[in-house]
This record gives sequence, C-alpha cells and structure tokens, in this order.
Amino acid sequence: MSSLLNIVKQSFGLGAVAVSGGVHPPDHKHESTTQAVGQLPLPHQLTLPLRQHVGNLPKVLVKVGDYVLKGQLLAEAEGNISAAIHAPSSGTITSIEDALIPHPSGLPDRCITIALDGKDEWIAHAPIDWRKLETEQDKSKLLEGLRSSGIVGLGGAAFPTQVKLRTNAKSSVDTLVLNAAECEPYITCDDMLMRERADQILKGLEIAQHLLGAKQCLIGIEDNKPEAAEAMRHACANSPLSKLVPLKVVVVPTQYPSGDARQLIRLLTGIEVPADKRSTDVGLQCFNVATVLALHRYFDFGEPSISRIVTITGNVQKPANYEVLFGTSVADLVQAGGGALADTDGYIMGGPMMGFNLPSVSVPITKASNCVIASAPNLFPSAPPAMPCIRCARCADVCPVSLQPQELYWFAKSSNLEKARDYNLFDCIECGCCTYACPSNIPLVQYYRFAKSEIIAQDRAKEAADLARERNEFRLMRIDREKQERAEKHAQKAAGAKAEAAKTEATSATEAPEDEAMAAKKAAIAAAIERAKAQKAAAAPQNVVDAIPSVQAEIAEIDARREAAKQSVTDAIATNDAQEEK
Amino acid sequence: MNRSPYLSSAPSVSVIMVKVMLALVPAIAAYVWVFGAGILVVLALASITALLCEALMLKLRDRPIKPFLMDGSALLTAWLLALSLPPLAPWWLVVVGTFFSIVIAKQLYGGLGYNPFNPAMVGYAVLLISFPVIMTHWPAPLELAEAKLSFANQLQYIFGTSDSLSLDAVSMATPLDYLKTQLTLHHTVQQVSLAPQFGMLGAKGGELVVAAYLLGGLYLLQQRLITWHLPIAFLSVLALMAGAFYLLDPAHFAHPLFHLFTGASIFGAFFIITDPVSGPTTPKGKLVFAAGIAVLTFLIRVYGGYPDGVAFSVLLMNMCVPLIDAWTQPRVFGHVK
Repeated sequence: MSSLLNIVKQSFGLGAVAVSGGVHPPDHKHESTTQAVGQLPLPHQLTLPLRQHVGNLPKVLVKVGDYVLKGQLLAEAEGNISAAIHAPSSGTITSIEDALIPHPSGLPDRCITIALDGKDEWIAHAPIDWRKLETEQDKSKLLEGLRSSGIVGLGGAAFPTQVKLRTNAKSSVDTLVLNAAECEPYITCDDMLMRERADQILKGLEIAQHLLGAKQCLIGIEDNKPEAAEAMRHACANSPLSKLVPLKVVVVPTQYPSGDARQLIRLLTGIEVPADKRSTDVGLQCFNVATVLALHRYFDFGEPSISRIVTITGNVQKPANYEVLFGTSVADLVQAGGGALADTDGYIMGGPMMGFNLPSVSVPITKASNCVIASAPNLFPSAPPAMPCIRCARCADVCPVSLQPQELYWFAKSSNLEKARDYNLFDCIECGCCTYACPSNIPLVQYYRFAKSEIIAQDRAKEAADLARERNEFRLMRIDREKQERAEKHAQKAAGAKAEAAKTEATSATEAPEDEAMAAKKAAIAAAIERAKAQKAAAAPQNVVDAIPSVQAEIAEIDARREAAKQSVTDAIATNDAQEEK
Repeated sequence: MNRSPYLSSAPSVSVIMVKVMLALVPAIAAYVWVFGAGILVVLALASITALLCEALMLKLRDRPIKPFLMDGSALLTAWLLALSLPPLAPWWLVVVGTFFSIVIAKQLYGGLGYNPFNPAMVGYAVLLISFPVIMTHWPAPLELAEAKLSFANQLQYIFGTSDSLSLDAVSMATPLDYLKTQLTLHHTVQQVSLAPQFGMLGAKGGELVVAAYLLGGLYLLQQRLITWHLPIAFLSVLALMAGAFYLLDPAHFAHPLFHLFTGASIFGAFFIITDPVSGPTTPKGKLVFAAGIAVLTFLIRVYGGYPDGVAFSVLLMNMCVPLIDAWTQPRVFGHVK
C-alpha cells in the first residue's frame, strides 16, 4: 500500500521525494565496513600516471635515475586546470614512459615509475597558515601554493581542487556542500573515512569554508550510513566551525544517484543548478569529504596529496578499506583484501553503476580510484542479449535529469546525432539508471557515450573545416585585393606619364608656371581614380541587392572595413611612391 | 571496456508479458462463468494462430525465432484480441483477426517494438469492418439465455459444424448496441435500461467480467507494469464527457457510470491503451493520449455508426503519438522549459 501511495506521491511531485527518478540497487556496503581502514605494506615500486586528473598534463620535473623523497614534487601543474604529482614514498625513478593505466580505453599513458627504497623518508615540509586571509594577495598566494598540492576531487571526478576554491565577484559561494552521499553500491571509502576521521574532515571543511567565505555548510549523507552520520554530527558539534557559520548534517534517502553533485545540491538546498551554469554561479560549491580532508593534510601538515582510502570488495576473501599510496598496483590491494576468490573473472574500478573494467590487475591506484571490485559471474551476470525497445519508458521514469532515454537511444542508434543533441543528450550524466531499469537489456549508456563522442568528433571536424574555409576565403580576398592594387598602380603610372607628356607640351609651348603643371597632374590622377572607382562599383556583386537589411548592413560594414584597409594600403603606397620620387 | 552499469533490476520483456497475461486470468474466469467455456477455445485458437504466424514471419524476415517467440508479446496480442471478440466467434474469424494482428500490424512493421498501431486493435478493427454482423452478435449471458448452451454446443458454434443452430437464437444485443438502436426509436434511456440485458451499472453478467478486468488492472498498477496516467485519464475524461451530456439531457444520454462499466472501457483503460509500443512515453503525453481516446470513444458511442469506439479511437490516437511525444517533452534538469 505504501508503495502505491509513493507512486501517487511521486507522480504528483508531492512528499519527500529523493531525486526525481533514480534507482535502488542492493548496496552491498556492509561487507567492506566490518574492519577498520587498514594500511597497505609499502610496495617495492609505484607507477604514477601523469594523467590522474581532469585538465592539462603536468610538466615533469625529474628524470630517470633521480632519487626522490616522499612528498617531493615530480610534476608541476601546467596551465589553469591541472594538478601536480608528488612522490608517495622515497626511492629512485626508474622510468618515465607509457604504461597501462586505469582507464576505460585500456590504452597506456605516460607514467613515472619509482623503485622504493623502503625508507619512506619525507621531504622537508611545514604547515601553511591558511587563516591569514586579509588581502587578495594573501588569498592568491594560498591558491597558488595549492596548485602544487596535487589535490583533486577524490569523489571520483578528479577535478583540480585549487580551481574550485578560486572565487571572484561573479561567483561568490554562499553555501558549501560537503558530498558524503556515496550513493554507488559497494563503495565504502567515504563511509569509513567519516567513521574514523570525522574530526579531520571538519578541519578540512573549516579551511574550505574560510577560503570560499561560505555562509553556511551542509553535509549530505545517505541514510544507509548511520554510523558515519553520527560521527559527523559529533564532529560538527565539537568543531569551531559550528560557531562561525550554520553547519548541518543532512541525512538524505538512499537513492542512486543522489551523490551526483547537482542532484545532492538540489536535495539539500532545493536549488537546481542551471544546465549551462556552474554551481558557483548560483552561490554553491560542492566538495567530497576525502577532498577536504586532503586540504587539511596539506595546510595543517604541509603534506601533498599522495594517498587515499580505497575500497577492495566484491569477490575477495576479506572486503575492506585501505589507505593506499598512489601508484600502488591493484594487485597489491587485492592481495590485502585476502586475494580474489577462484571464480573471479575481472576487476572493476569504481562502483558497479559507473565503474569500468580494468585492462589488467597491474594498473596503479590513482587519485580517482575509490573502489576496486573483484567481479564474478554470480555477482554481475552478463546481460542477456538485448531485445528491441518496447517504449515502456522505465528508463525515463528513473532518469535523474528527466531525459527521454528511449528517444535518445532511437536517435543514437540511427545516428540521428543532431536530434540526439536537441533532446539534450549532453545533459546525460551517464549514471546508468536507464540501463539498470531496461527490460530489454539495451546497453543504453553505451549508445549515449558513442553518440556523444561522435558529436564531439563531428564538431571538431566542422570547426577545422570552417577554419580552412575562412583561411581560403581570406586568401582569395587577398589575391583579389593585390590584383586591384596593382591595377590602380598601373592606372596611376599611366596617368602620370600622360601628365608628363602634357607638361612637356605645355612647357615647350608657353613656358607655363610649375604649379600649373602640378595641378594638371593631380587632376589627371583624380580622374583615373574616379574611373577605377566607377569600374569597381559596376562590378559590385548583384546578389546582395535583395539581401535582408541586417545582411546588407553587415555587407556594408565589411565593405567599409575593406575600403579602410585598402585606403591605408593605398596611402602607404602613395607615400612610398612620393619618397621614391624624391 | 566500459560496459557499466554491471547491475540490472528490470523484469525481462517476457516476464512483463506473462504478468499482463496473469492479470487477464480473473477476467477469463469471469468470462467462463458468465458466457461458458467457449472463450477458452477462442483463446487457444488465437494463441496457436499467433505463435504460428509469428514464427513464420520471423523465419521469412530471417530473425531469430526462439527469443522472439518466448518474449510472449504475440501470445498477449492474441489474448487481447480473443477477449475483444464475441465469445462464440467462428474459428475462421479468430484466425483471420489474429493473422492481421501479427502479420500485418506487427511483423510487417518490423516486429516487437516497431509497430505504430496497437496490433490487437488492428485485428479487431479489420474484423469489425469486414464482418459487422458476426462481430456485433454477442451471445446472451448464460443466465439470460433461453436455451442454456452446453460446451459441446459452443464448440459447434465456433467450428460451424451444426447448421441447425442459428446464432440469432442465442445472441442478444449488447446494452451499448441496444441503447443506440432504441434511442433512434425515440425511447428514453430510462425506458431502454429496463431491458433484461441491463445490469446494475452496465451489462448483466458483463459487469462481472468488467470487475475482473478492474482487478487485473489494479494488479498491473501495483506491479508498476503500467502507470496511473493512462487508465485514470481515460476513465475520468470518459466520465466527464458522459457526465456533461447526461446532465444536459438525461433522457437521451446514458449515465456516466454506464459508460464506464459497459463495452471495452475498463478493459481498454488497463489493457489496450496501455500498450507501450504504440503509445506515448512522456507522462503528459500519456494524459493527452488517453483523454483523446476517451473523447473519441464517447463520440463514436453516441454519434458514430458502431456501438463501441475504443478500438477506432485507439488506432486514431496511435497516429498522433509521435506528435504528442514531441510536444510533451518534460523539462530537463537544470533547463527552463
């Protein structure tokens, strides 16, 4: 009965609805929360991909053979959006070359490999005073320093955090949202982090609040993590932050994908961030709990981002969470989890809704790795063959952004890409709810990924073609212009010769004064120019006469510009000629 | 390779179809109770024809036969068509109707998921237009029949082995049909509804079947196989239309409850207009679609040439589905409409 009531409620948009749409997959979180966060033994080598974040590749500062200390900067952030890479432990750099990385493509990418010496010796580091924030310079200095912290969003998106902490007059942050929803099944790294290090999270939150000048802080936790919520409430009560700004733990109903930043923001504040804007445009910023804890480690201890908590779960002996140095191989983590069970057929990085299959168990843990799931046929049975879409619209019912997945599928399948774009394909967050709910087992998300990449590729090709066309048009225009200039020059010369002839005649006849001859010459030139102008006007394109006013205005403007340019060229030539004459 | 999500929760297409057939079982039981076991033969005939036609077409179209036969969609279409036919329909009528539903309306358009028109209603409409007399001759409910038909008698009707039995002897105009003809003879609704085939709300006996359909429909809602939009919009708009006309002139227009409980109203509301393939997908679109069917149904019942109008209304509104869907796109998260 309650389910029926809920249907009615949801259909009318009444009552405490979590996210509109969304699904409730079995969460499988208890398996990995039975023991405290463990520490992985120091591995023999670490493989650090340069691309662990969204944005530009960082610039490598070391070379093969260098001895590096723990926390030493190996690659610095390059450009606006980028993140630095540090040595997670001390040792010698053995290679800087392409190696397999945890990426859905399964393609290798540039990595720095360090053979560890086992000493785990820190580089000199010191806390940074983040409280001093009186002037703009103070702040930009702190943010500049943060560029070399290597901190990125640890919720999985891996967006450089220093970028998110920059504010300006246009994007001032009113509300700071701490994302602790952890809505994907199986993943428990944030849950365990909150249970064990809530105080440290609050210290990090204090820093983020201070840097952003946020007027309130909201912490969103799904209701399947009561221990974490309790720990966070306790930490909030003890935090000095609670005396500064309103600070609240908000428990939200467990419903995937409530941990999507925009979904969580709406759940907590009721504000729907416009699709074409960033959350900061409407006064909101959102950080993952582990990210703010990294801020605390950086500012209060001077430690850059070199490790994170990762869940190892699924088809392993002892599912648990471990503090893992970046660059540690997945195999080491699986071993820590007691090893994979016999029927394991692969490893998934991330959760079962948005994660991807690892190309090899030797790939390293990176900043974006929150979870490794050993998969087995009984845990994740392969989908039966897809049937045709029966338009049941279950996918539309569960879509958290209210798209019409069945229409998008139709357009993507028939390569009707423009239509797919019209139906807001790019608002798809690829959460996988549609595929999860599809009775026909259609891999919908794959179709959307394909369509998106096709559209992006087409746009790029079009841009390149436009550029080439513009260049060609400019070239044709230039050739045309040079031709005309040459013609004018010839006309001028011819007129000059005529005038010269006239002058000789006049001089021989009447010994006319010099300036009279000059005047005749000028008149001849003027006449020639006049003739050229008339000629050009006659040659003006006829198809623009009937153009609509705006186009005509545009044409007039272009003509004016062209005329001005030509004038300046003519002037220059004139002066040149004059000088030559002298 | 990124093939996430790795989880799935959806019932398969066949499970959905089987559940819908399950929802039809109470109504079939009521049918047997009211009209006799002949309907079971009609159902079996339609089922066999549907499966044969489907298999043949899949083979001709070079499609895998087993998965598409097992999806249950052909069987469900057959059942829906069989339940729309008069319970003593001759065997060839059932076969012709099912053939049209499966071969023409479904497979020729591309099979499961591609048919723009409701296959069962295409079959029904073809039969109604081609054989109007047989299609409007419904046997009287057993309790009203002068001669109680045994199952053997019913088989004789269905297979046409006995010429001595004329259908007229056992058939009776349905209330919708009777009302329509009597109103043209200047009787009032009140006078007409004293006739024996009228029950409390709809047709005597037929009411029980309607109640069973309602029960099945509620099961579909509870199982989330359909959303409330279609049945609620259809029934409420039909009731509103009928109510408005009834209030204006109760002597010539039947009570709205009569419209809800006779003919194919309830059956259509839960089982016919809810066909996902040929219907709209957006919530608002569903409301528009169902309201359109309700208006057309009422107009055909009152002013049209046929006693009931659900089938034609559904087919007419099927044509509008692409337009309805395009016009009723919901607001996307973070967009202003």
